[in-house]
Amino acid sequence: MIRRRQVLASTAVLAAPAILAKANAQSAFDWKQFKGQSIEVNYQLSPRGDLVRNHIKEFEELTGIKAGFEQIPEQQQRPKVAMEMATGHPGFDVVNVGMHVQKRLVESAKWMEDLRPFIADKSLTNPDFDMGDFSAPSMKVATGSDGKINVIPNNQDLFIVFYNKELLAEKGFKAPPKTYDEMYTMAKAMTDPAKGIAGFVGRGLKNANVVLFDNILLGFDQETVSADGKTLLTDTPAAIEAATWYQKIMKDCGPAGNIGFNWNECQTTFMQGRAAMWWDGIGFSAPLLDKTKSRIVEKVGFAPVPAGPKAHNCATFIEGIGIPANAKNKKAAWLFVQWITGKGMMNEQLRAGAGTPPRLSCYAREDIVKSSAFPKEWFETTGISLKLARSGLPVIVPVTEFRDTIGTGLTNIVGGADPATELKKATAAFQPVLDKSNAG
Amino acid sequence: MSATNAVVIPSGPRAYGRRYWLFALPAALVVLLVILFPWIFTLFMSVHEWKVTGETPFVGLANYTKMLSDERFLGAVWRTLIFTVASVVAPLILGVWAAVCFSNTFKGRGLARTLFVLPMMATPVAISLVWTMMFHPQLGVLNYILTSVGLPPSTWVYDAATVIPTLVMVETWQWTPLVMLIVLGGIASLPTDPYEAAILDGANAWQMFRHITLPLVMPFVMVAAVIRIIDALKTFDTIYVITLGGPGSASETINILLYQTAFAYYDLGYGSAMVVVFFVLILLVSLLLLRTRQREDLR
Repeated sequence: MIRRRQVLASTAVLAAPAILAKANAQSAFDWKQFKGQSIEVNYQLSPRGDLVRNHIKEFEELTGIKAGFEQIPEQQQRPKVAMEMATGHPGFDVVNVGMHVQKRLVESAKWMEDLRPFIADKSLTNPDFDMGDFSAPSMKVATGSDGKINVIPNNQDLFIVFYNKELLAEKGFKAPPKTYDEMYTMAKAMTDPAKGIAGFVGRGLKNANVVLFDNILLGFDQETVSADGKTLLTDTPAAIEAATWYQKIMKDCGPAGNIGFNWNECQTTFMQGRAAMWWDGIGFSAPLLDKTKSRIVEKVGFAPVPAGPKAHNCATFIEGIGIPANAKNKKAAWLFVQWITGKGMMNEQLRAGAGTPPRLSCYAREDIVKSSAFPKEWFETTGISLKLARSGLPVIVPVTEFRDTIGTGLTNIVGGADPATELKKATAAFQPVLDKSNAG
Repeated sequence: MSATNAVVIPSGPRAYGRRYWLFALPAALVVLLVILFPWIFTLFMSVHEWKVTGETPFVGLANYTKMLSDERFLGAVWRTLIFTVASVVAPLILGVWAAVCFSNTFKGRGLARTLFVLPMMATPVAISLVWTMMFHPQLGVLNYILTSVGLPPSTWVYDAATVIPTLVMVETWQWTPLVMLIVLGGIASLPTDPYEAAILDGANAWQMFRHITLPLVMPFVMVAAVIRIIDALKTFDTIYVITLGGPGSASETINILLYQTAFAYYDLGYGSAMVVVFFVLILLVSLLLLRTRQREDLR
């Protein structure tokens, strides 16, 4: 005979999972709240863009939001975004912005929706979305002087030194360089034109070369523009000294024709085992470990940039994801921003080698380190570099014109021109542009 | 008889001709919207300080006068002219020579002609990317070939001194077939009588080419020249993909500079003024050449 209490007890046991599920559903974040809506996502062509393309179906399944996706090369994406924003009717609800280039433009033109109200709204933001997890430099770039959060950072590229262990060992070097002087000495020793080996490869092409020069200048504890963004510091004694060192290592230790080298020529040269050291962005790491593209898979080493005479900094360049102020479906777009910059996708970005997330918690995940294609040295370099990070480009509106003007001078310097003369000429040419831009 | 041949334009209720404008209207509208409107708007922007943000004040001819003292613009004009002259002359000489060769009958002529015109059919961006790889000073196949035969390697597009000649080489490689096709068509239409008379007079091959073929095909050469000049002046894709105007500004032509000004510096007003000046330049060169051709025809 079954007693009444037994019946009640068994009913309670049977009902428990359903009650628990309901309770969880009430406390869990509602990803489906904008089910049926559509958003358009615009990205630069990059491994981050590829990551979105490969996982966007998961977002659609999670939220029920239909997401259109467009990926355009960086050089075309920037003007496209600028033009669409200027019309006041952008064709996208979510946009990937290179904040190291467009930060001041984004702020002055008020292109982006302030994300603070979204973050503060508990119905719109997953409790797991930890804003305190983002690195300080990345949040500094993402936030305007008025406190407005324009974007959520999704990548923090860091300049590092890639080196060829075999070429270093051949000359008796056991570790990568720790200082600028050491780097030059090592590069000079490893340069062997007869064998087609360059001790050092770096960007020499106009515009592209400015980021390398900027990083070298950071080692002299100086940036290219004053903190208020009004005065160029590209012809100071420190800048001339930095340019002279850049000229020396590029001319004495670089491959022929390096004045026309952008990152891709540098990468190809290094991947083919023709250069002992390459100073560039950590985002270019993945192909070096790809056996179908690289001849140095087993030989490649990763190290933080060397310390300069006065400071030890690595240049950092930050990308972000934002919602245009005139976007059609802002709340649905916010779910996308949250998803792609959330811990799950940031971990995946790191694991897949698609970039260096600005979320610090990613680097503490042993499971990612173990399952990643990158060696432990890569993670150690990333960890150190995150602490050395300092903005690699000035926060001004005409960044591209700055890079072109100063970059032309730098190209001439690598070609043999006098560093002081070229920098003074380039500075004089660009200062009026900067003044005009600041005047409004 | 004459009455039946005369064209009669109906009038009154049967005036179809006057009512046909409706059929031309869509095309006229398209021309207006797609060609005229952008031009008028470009002119409008060129007299304003037009950035992607903020106000767009009227500045009159300031953008045009700025060009006169802008060293970068003046440098770009000079490089555009050098690049254009070289990119027209080389394909014209080689194209005429190839046309004369291909006008003769020889075994495998069809295959040779097909192979010769292949570069013209390729997409400029795609072939530019291939050339970029071949120009790599250390890893490119061109330097491999040079060093294999004992010649010193070149820095190709990676040196300010060699970048323009190298870009001209790419242009020549791609567009010589076009000149060849145009001139070959001209040679095919030439009468045979002058050649027969010349043979009877004992003229050699060079004399026949110099005094018969060349004067007779000159109108075709002029057509090819006009097309090439306009094309060379407008060249963007090849230069942009291979050098981005570099090293430094060594290959920065007007087209590259105005693109940078408008779409990288977002100075649409100044960029538009450059477009207007560039358009006038192309128009003047084209008119000059067409006038020269008309004079040749009349003569």
